[in-house]
Amino acid sequence: MAVEVDTARAPDTPIWLDSRYRAIFFQLVLLVLVVGFGAYIFHNTYVNLERRGIASGFAFLGSTAGFDIIMHLVPYQASSSYGQALLVGLLNTLVVAAVGVVLATIVGFVMGVARLSRNWLIARLAAVYIEVIRNIPLLLQIIFWYLVLGKSTPSPRQSIDVGGAVFLNNRGLYMPAPVFQEGFWLTPVAFVVAVVASIFVYRWARARQMATGQQFPILWTSLGLIFGLPLLALLVTGVPFSLDFPKLQGFNFQGGMVLIPEFVSLAFALVVYTGAFIAENVRAGIMAVSHGQTEASYALGLRPGPTLRLVIIPQAMRVIIPPLTSQYLNLTKNSSLATAIAYPDLVAVFAGTVLNQTGQAVECIAITMAVYLTTSLTTSVFMNWFNTKMALKER
Amino acid sequence: MKKLSLIAAGVALTAIAAGGAQAQQTLEQVKKRGQVICGVSQSLPGFANPDAQGNWAGFDVEMCRAVSAAIFGDTKRVKFVPTTAKERFTALQSGEVDFLARNTTWTMSRDTQLGFDFVGVNFYDGQGFMVPKKLGVKSALELKGATVCTQTGTTTELNLADFFRSNKMDYKVVAFEKNDEVLAAYDSGRCDVFTTDRSGLAADRTKLKSPNDHVILPEVISKEPLGPLVRHGDANWGDIIRWSFFAMVNAEELGVTSKNVDEMKKSANPEIKRMLGIEGDFGKMIGLDNNWAYNIIKLVGNYGESYERNVGEKTPIGLSRGVNALWTKGGLQYAPPIR
Repeated sequence: MAVEVDTARAPDTPIWLDSRYRAIFFQLVLLVLVVGFGAYIFHNTYVNLERRGIASGFAFLGSTAGFDIIMHLVPYQASSSYGQALLVGLLNTLVVAAVGVVLATIVGFVMGVARLSRNWLIARLAAVYIEVIRNIPLLLQIIFWYLVLGKSTPSPRQSIDVGGAVFLNNRGLYMPAPVFQEGFWLTPVAFVVAVVASIFVYRWARARQMATGQQFPILWTSLGLIFGLPLLALLVTGVPFSLDFPKLQGFNFQGGMVLIPEFVSLAFALVVYTGAFIAENVRAGIMAVSHGQTEASYALGLRPGPTLRLVIIPQAMRVIIPPLTSQYLNLTKNSSLATAIAYPDLVAVFAGTVLNQTGQAVECIAITMAVYLTTSLTTSVFMNWFNTKMALKER
Repeated sequence: MKKLSLIAAGVALTAIAAGGAQAQQTLEQVKKRGQVICGVSQSLPGFANPDAQGNWAGFDVEMCRAVSAAIFGDTKRVKFVPTTAKERFTALQSGEVDFLARNTTWTMSRDTQLGFDFVGVNFYDGQGFMVPKKLGVKSALELKGATVCTQTGTTTELNLADFFRSNKMDYKVVAFEKNDEVLAAYDSGRCDVFTTDRSGLAADRTKLKSPNDHVILPEVISKEPLGPLVRHGDANWGDIIRWSFFAMVNAEELGVTSKNVDEMKKSANPEIKRMLGIEGDFGKMIGLDNNWAYNIIKLVGNYGESYERNVGEKTPIGLSRGVNALWTKGGLQYAPPIR
């Protein structure tokens, strides 16, 4: 905002005619007005809540919630507190956002490349997908997929049975859940070791290639490490886990793991919708790399695969990442449309049920907004870091 | 939808921040506006439901019309604002509506923490369960492991948790924001059980694809005194709603109906004389015309008439008076005297 004026004040100019001081003065006035307005609103709200006898403060977070939530990643029951309900809602939002971001990125890249395909049919199909999906409101799509899922799946007693272990019905997708026994800890430890080892192998191989030009099969080595080592650990410890199979009992399946239809349809709608936007970002990114780069790369003797991987994509990424960040943020925020189909996300649980049961609208909405803000800013910070890493390094 | 209600909440907060100063003069505002703004259910047959022409009808709707009749001598001066269970309290707190007549359970925390005053109980209800007949369930105690559909932000949701917890049964709850969504989910088989107040079950059953394939279980798992409520802090406005309701109950007790109210004006019974404004200044006491109760009875009817017309045994809802009969007939409806 500051206007830079570097003319020195003539000795006889009065201070109120000096543009530097005037600029600072007006900014101070604006600041005072904004802060004053904020303080006025805050004070007024507080006084009015008080006068109408509406409870305020954050003490309610510790009191008993008294309602149940269908999907919780951390232990939760009706006797838990509102604070725990907040955590459950937050985790439900984060898990649908995380699944959505990963899958939407994959869908987006595949569809973006497909739209540029030289195969007429593939390019047209991708174009139709993108244009149709991008132009229908997300809320309708979420409700649509939820209804489709609800109508196309049978009731629990007529469940679709896949090998006696996986069952699909209108209450969700039931799968066997692993039950870990003593000694299982070695497997995740082996996995972490394998990942760390792969990173070292990658660094070593790169350094060697830079020095000597010799290549090393990094991909196969890493895959071998990441799958082999945990498997070995599992076998050595004697396969210390069993599977808990879902069984039809009374009204529904008991045991195992379940993906509820609300989660599936919300995640699916978010992936399909955001994927269409990402596809366009990807197409824009690839088209932004001039064709001369490809030709130059071929002239140097690189094959089409390495050309795409080493020349085109790194340059395209610089165009893709900034809009990709905003798509990730959109997806996270759009997950709040979950309320329309009863998925217990942060907004449904906290800005919905908790707000209503406690009546503390101001606090609940403020907390919800703060949580979304934090989540979005964290995503932004990470993506900006990634962007800097991918940016053109001028030497 | 979500965004809309967030916006609504935002607007409401701003209104809380900005308004409030005029908390004392709801009646004046209503008179100036020429309309009462009444928060009702979105679509609950028998209680509040718009017909094909957009005319609202129902038991709660008639409570709104009675207030309009008391203030303006006209039942048409009402603006109905349909609210979800979740939005209703913020709508009232922020002044978006003048009062709620919306199947709302009177609880201690709502009365004290939310800044409201409940003015009476116009319907004594209790929570129940509805299940498809083909499940063969006879009692709510057989519902172990069932999936239950309910509406979020209701006492129903809490009673449900209490009931299953105290009977040591596990269950799954799918909570929707709107009653219609709950019903659609139940009808499509997402849940085994639909739960709400028993009056609501009876009303909602009429909206199912084949109502006769569903049965309401005998257990009543909670007390649900439903009644109109106003913002805390404007005692006079609360009096108007309270006595409009009491006038309807008193009228039934005294045998005054919309048909005979004109003859009753000549009645020798001093209680009727006071109620109909022949004797005393009872209308003036609450800032209204002395014809207030006459207008309610003439234009809307007494409590019994309203009940039978909207939810009674001759309607599709088919609820008997039960505990909602007058105290003189073994029920709980009892109004303090107008004197």
